[in-house]
Amino acid sequence: MSQDHSLNPESFPQDPAKATQEGKHKYIGLWFFLGGETVLFACLFATYLALHQSTAGGPSSQDLFGLELVFIMTILLLTSSLTSVYAIYHMKNNNFKKMQLWFGITALLGIAFLACEIYEFAHYIHEYEFTFRSSAFGSAFYTLVGFHGGHVVFGLSWLIALMVRNAKRGLSLYNAPKYNTFAIYWHFIDVVWVFIFTVVYLMGMVS
Amino acid sequence: MTDHTNKLNSFRRHKQKEEMKHQVITFALMIIFTLIAFLVVAAGMDKTYVIPVILTLAVVQVGFQFYYFMHMKDKGHEVIAALIYGGIWIAIITILTFTTIIWW
Repeated sequence: MSQDHSLNPESFPQDPAKATQEGKHKYIGLWFFLGGETVLFACLFATYLALHQSTAGGPSSQDLFGLELVFIMTILLLTSSLTSVYAIYHMKNNNFKKMQLWFGITALLGIAFLACEIYEFAHYIHEYEFTFRSSAFGSAFYTLVGFHGGHVVFGLSWLIALMVRNAKRGLSLYNAPKYNTFAIYWHFIDVVWVFIFTVVYLMGMVS
Repeated sequence: MTDHTNKLNSFRRHKQKEEMKHQVITFALMIIFTLIAFLVVAAGMDKTYVIPVILTLAVVQVGFQFYYFMHMKDKGHEVIAALIYGGIWIAIITILTFTTIIWW
């Protein structure tokens, strides 16, 4: 690098993630992407809502879903959203070690969420023989929830790559926007999950 | 000069602490909304009453997520709000179409 981007208390900007032109562009670019993601998930939600009663004689949502596991998964993902807020708080205070620590906790919570989801899918497949090919409901369910799970996998890979790559570099104006865009993306995953637990699980249990 | 910088830093730190407090309150509210939604379903109340309640709770919770956790309440987020509301608008139309007009 031609410039020294490392930070000291004298020249520390208020928001290191948006102090450079590149950082600003990354920020708006990510939101552009999230607007598109909203449309993508809307299509999957719409398909699910249209097909969730087409069970073709297989298990229905009332047979399958249990409140306990979904509640645990919701709390795990919601808490991981807060821990990434803490990480960004430490980023703004130029405390790299604490930022890495809180992002590490975020990653662990994300992994725990993913483990619950894998257990859930395995449970449906082995106990109920409810697979992607069971019915239109099965296809719509696994596509929607699986796509969200895929986003969690991608987010975790992104975060772990960032943390490992920058572990010895410390915080700079070059990598602060990278961490910040990840945090926004991670909140968005939580936003999608709020609708999944409401529309798929809770509504699937009452109707 | 250094004294001035220190003052500035302590002012900033104070502001950030305040903001963090709001974030924690937001989180507590989100947990409460989640609990209410699960409890309403677990209580087994009438579905015509339960569904609007849990959908409203979800929308409010997502609003908190966008405006506080994702900072849409901060200044300079007009373009970003336009992008997200554009996405939400298409989302509403898509869901409306798939659940009302299309014959399955």
